[in-house]
Amino acid sequence: MTRFLFPKTTNLLRPVLILLSVAVPVYAVAFVWYCFSPVTIDKGYAPAQPIPYSHALHAGELGIDCRYCHSTVEATGKASIPPTQVCMNCHQTVRSQSPKLAELRKSYSTGEPVEWVRVHDLPDYVYFNHSAHVTRGVGCSSCHGRVDKMETVTQVAPLSMAWCLDCHRNPSQNIRPKDQVTRMDWQPADAASQNTLVNHYGTKPSTDCSTCHR
Amino acid sequence: MSTMTSDTSIGIPSVADNLSDDPRRRAPLVVGDNNYATVTEKVCSVVERPKTPLAWYVAFGVSAALATYMVVLIGYLFWTGIGVWGNNQPVGWAFEIVNFVFWVGIGHAGTLISAILFLLRQHWRTAINRFAEAMTIFAVICAGLFPAIHVGRPWFAYWLFPIPNQMNMWPNFRSPLLWDVFAVSTYFTVSLLFWYVGLIPDLATLRDRAQTRLRSFIYGIFALGWRGSARHWHRYEVAYILLAGLATPLVLSVHSVVSFDFATSQIPGWHATIFPPYFVAGAIFSGFGMVLTLIIPCRKWYGLEEVITLRHLENMNKIILSTGMMVGLAYGTEFFIAAYSSNPIEEFTFINRALGPYAWAYWIMICCNVVVPQIFWSRAMRRSVPVMFVVSILVNVGMWFERFVIIVSSLNRDFLPSSWHYYSPTWVDVSMLIGSFGVFFTLFLLFLRFVPMVAIAELKGVMPQPASTRRNAEAPHA
Repeated sequence: MTRFLFPKTTNLLRPVLILLSVAVPVYAVAFVWYCFSPVTIDKGYAPAQPIPYSHALHAGELGIDCRYCHSTVEATGKASIPPTQVCMNCHQTVRSQSPKLAELRKSYSTGEPVEWVRVHDLPDYVYFNHSAHVTRGVGCSSCHGRVDKMETVTQVAPLSMAWCLDCHRNPSQNIRPKDQVTRMDWQPADAASQNTLVNHYGTKPSTDCSTCHR
Repeated sequence: MSTMTSDTSIGIPSVADNLSDDPRRRAPLVVGDNNYATVTEKVCSVVERPKTPLAWYVAFGVSAALATYMVVLIGYLFWTGIGVWGNNQPVGWAFEIVNFVFWVGIGHAGTLISAILFLLRQHWRTAINRFAEAMTIFAVICAGLFPAIHVGRPWFAYWLFPIPNQMNMWPNFRSPLLWDVFAVSTYFTVSLLFWYVGLIPDLATLRDRAQTRLRSFIYGIFALGWRGSARHWHRYEVAYILLAGLATPLVLSVHSVVSFDFATSQIPGWHATIFPPYFVAGAIFSGFGMVLTLIIPCRKWYGLEEVITLRHLENMNKIILSTGMMVGLAYGTEFFIAAYSSNPIEEFTFINRALGPYAWAYWIMICCNVVVPQIFWSRAMRRSVPVMFVVSILVNVGMWFERFVIIVSSLNRDFLPSSWHYYSPTWVDVSMLIGSFGVFFTLFLLFLRFVPMVAIAELKGVMPQPASTRRNAEAPHA
């Protein structure tokens, strides 16, 4: 029986093995990091809605304030989706016969709510409170983007934990005067005045686990 | 020198036993009429036997069935959640952590034998180090299982490691549980490397003796092209001693870190500076118990009594006696500190430990770990194989209960009497303990069947050199 020894050609495998032992773990981490991230799987989500409601028209062109429809945003954790009656405040007279609003009229007559599709949906283990942010000078557009330019509402932020933490650790670029929260075209001022504002408001966002995971 | 030589052709003294403590003569480590060839033959024949003995199949069948049962139980646990265990407030840690500490502790004897005794030139370690290191590796595998499955959502167990991720999540480096992850995974890696490096020359021996092409190929792959040249040996020796140096601090550090899981908390009964040395002594104690439990039947069944001699067993019994007294001292010290501190909570915890609802477990522990090993003061008992087998099993039982007592009895009566709770294990808890033995013995039986259980090449280094190969062999004096 001849004993088995590695043939000389196997020496060629050595650099390949060394390369693989480094590349495979690095690739695995990078793959999970990017491909499992909300940046990849959630950002840009824009589901079709039962009524082709245009924020670009209502919030942009007509300039209706966010809080006219999402009326609970300053007082409670949730920014409410308006009931049909809020829509009908105007649409009883404005474009009352438009075929695009058939669903709305049906809802109004039957009393069944319109089944809007939720766009910004955090996992159940995350506690998020709208009023805590809006009343401290975090504007709508900081998280939701330029809704006033959207025909269909689209998720522009990844809503990942890293994204939340980025702002909680350094909020200065996202804090605006409290009377500006619903302004869509607000831009941060220079760093010095932003910091002054943060100091003035005494903004100290918590990064404890239990702040969001209760 | 030559006057001692018996007149066999190769000039090895033939000795019936090596139990004499005559200081004028170093006791031989291999007894009987053995030489290099017979030792190779004895160890390799176990692995090369063409027909696997029926007893092995029976043992493997039972172990593998239990290991499969363990896998099913883990599936059940993942599916249902950790509520299938008996843990509940205030006893948040119970069987799974008891089993973890128990199995990690078992491993330590292997590393002590392979690394510390090697550096201290204790040549008797050579017959048992392969065996003990294999035990270490399989015990650490069993140990690693429990923390991994006890995290409520095990698919997130990778959060324990500092891997960059999209959540900006990073382990808490101030937590001893994280130190544990690093300590145990380092320990496993170094133990595996140390074991494997030591195996290489023996795997090459098996390759060279192989009767089929397949065997030659498989052992050849694992022998990494070993040809036994002087350069190979030189590098092997350097690598081996370096790994021994790396493994030596691990004997002390790993169980110290495991003890930090408790010692850095504020629970009375856990929060004690004595824990690291106390845990290390206990680990070595339990590990030697396990080595004995395994080695006593194996040396008998595989006919290795001339290699793993009674003297080896006696040495291990001496270590059991001394480490057993160390843990006894630690038990006493804990009580002394509790009394001396005059801290009523601390005092209560220890009175509760010895006289409370878990007193039965405490006294099992004291009997098995402190009282029973005292029998080894008697030389006759140290040399009686049945006695040491029973003692070794009792040591294992006692050390399992030690962890149970530390963990459960410290938790079950916490600061708030309204939440006091008597913990009892569920059938899943008990089954998983049994199942972990199934995993261990499955791996161990595979080791016995496919890998030489004694370090052949090293063993030859501690045997007298045969006259025919001695370079400066003198002519025998008349």
